[in-house]
Amino acid sequence: MSTIPADYKYSSEHEWVSPAVDGVVTLGISDFAQSELGDVVYVDLPEVGNTYAAGDSIAAVESVKAASEVYTPVSGEIVEVNEALDAEPGTVNSDACGEGWICKIKLSEPGELDGLMDAAAYEEFCK
Amino acid sequence: MNSDTIKSTPLCKKHVALGAKMVPFAGWNMPVQYTGIIDEHNTVRTACGVFDISHMGQFLVNGAGTTEWLNKMFTNNLNKLVDGMGQYSIMLNEKGGVIDDLIIYRLAEDDYFVVVNASMIDEDFAWLTAHKPEGINLVNKSDAYVGLAIQGPTCEEVFASMCPGVELPVRNGILMFSAEGDDLVICRTGYTGENGFEFFCPAEQGVKWMEKAIACGAKPCGLGARDSLRLEMCYSLNGSDLSPEKTPLEAGLSWCCDLTKDFIGVDVLREQKANGRPTALVAIEYKGKGAPPRHGYEVQLPDGTPLGELCSGVLSPSLGKGIAMAYVPAALGKIGTDVNVIVRGKAVPATIIKKPFLKK
Repeated sequence: MSTIPADYKYSSEHEWVSPAVDGVVTLGISDFAQSELGDVVYVDLPEVGNTYAAGDSIAAVESVKAASEVYTPVSGEIVEVNEALDAEPGTVNSDACGEGWICKIKLSEPGELDGLMDAAAYEEFCK
Repeated sequence: MNSDTIKSTPLCKKHVALGAKMVPFAGWNMPVQYTGIIDEHNTVRTACGVFDISHMGQFLVNGAGTTEWLNKMFTNNLNKLVDGMGQYSIMLNEKGGVIDDLIIYRLAEDDYFVVVNASMIDEDFAWLTAHKPEGINLVNKSDAYVGLAIQGPTCEEVFASMCPGVELPVRNGILMFSAEGDDLVICRTGYTGENGFEFFCPAEQGVKWMEKAIACGAKPCGLGARDSLRLEMCYSLNGSDLSPEKTPLEAGLSWCCDLTKDFIGVDVLREQKANGRPTALVAIEYKGKGAPPRHGYEVQLPDGTPLGELCSGVLSPSLGKGIAMAYVPAALGKIGTDVNVIVRGKAVPATIIKKPFLKK
């Protein structure tokens, strides 16, 4: 059974974003997504300072078999990346919705959060 | 490939019950992993794994003149084989390009058991049939067998429990015998670089023998681990590393091509041996960390000169770094050459090294 934190929002590409704090959200891939990928061996992180529009590919999460792009469902600037994933990419498997976060984004269009799925909708979406 | 045409082995339901993730491969619905590719890879390197290889093909060929005929069809020399022994060999087209790589076992004089790739069963059979003289029997037994590749340093203990009192054949040997009322074929070979054997049983008894292998200590492993294990050893995968456009000399397989005998494609190989190969399949190893190398990624010299594209690539679980193979111009593919693998526009530094990646 997947972990789907109740206070996060979810995209149809299986990314999650945490509730905004001072206009900044944390982004990662869902527990469902990491389970589908299998052993994560590499995370290609975005660069701090880059700005992206919703729908852009910002990172890649790679398992032994496949490379999977990470699309941001929100627009904004990368303000922090999870550099611990360089040494321990498997954290994405063990704690996708927590320590396995990928980056923090300062929102330029906070209203975009309203267009994402809540936990109940995402759980249904994964069925 | 849609769900109407994709085939399943007799073990499919068993794989799903064991928690496998199933994926389409070579026209078959196959397990890519059960617990995880890295875990399964390490199990085969340190203990024992069991892979479903029922998708692979088996042909029986016999009748007077079979040895002489197959020596014209395959690159390796069958006269080197005695009864009960097998050899790796390759079947070429007229241009010297690879149709399929295979293992052929001599059961008796003019009587052979041939194991071919899953994706090539129909094409191989058609090619052989089209070239077959009168009086030689060629039978496709591919659907009659379930195949289990049992691989890893503890495989002999697993076999001793599965078939008490029976001795495994020697390396590259074949043994046919009966156990529990089933006619079994054991081939002492594999595709992982570990001690191991391939076990063929009647298709309808496949689940029983798979369960027995697991109960005797072999852990179910999927195609993901099979691919990373074989690539660490630089074993070629037909369709990725071998193709109708490349000769076995370009693929680095001259050791199984006897150019003193005549076989389909030999002229091209002799010409390449005399005048040089246009390209060579080289082993490329990352210098440090980097996104995993994958099929299709570009390889360049450090100054940006394009060399070719990766045929196969993986982040090696045993070595902890990227490993790959690519055809590059033979003159530029010397061991020790620095290259870059281009991943999403970024250059990852790597070196052409001596095969295999995993020195055992």
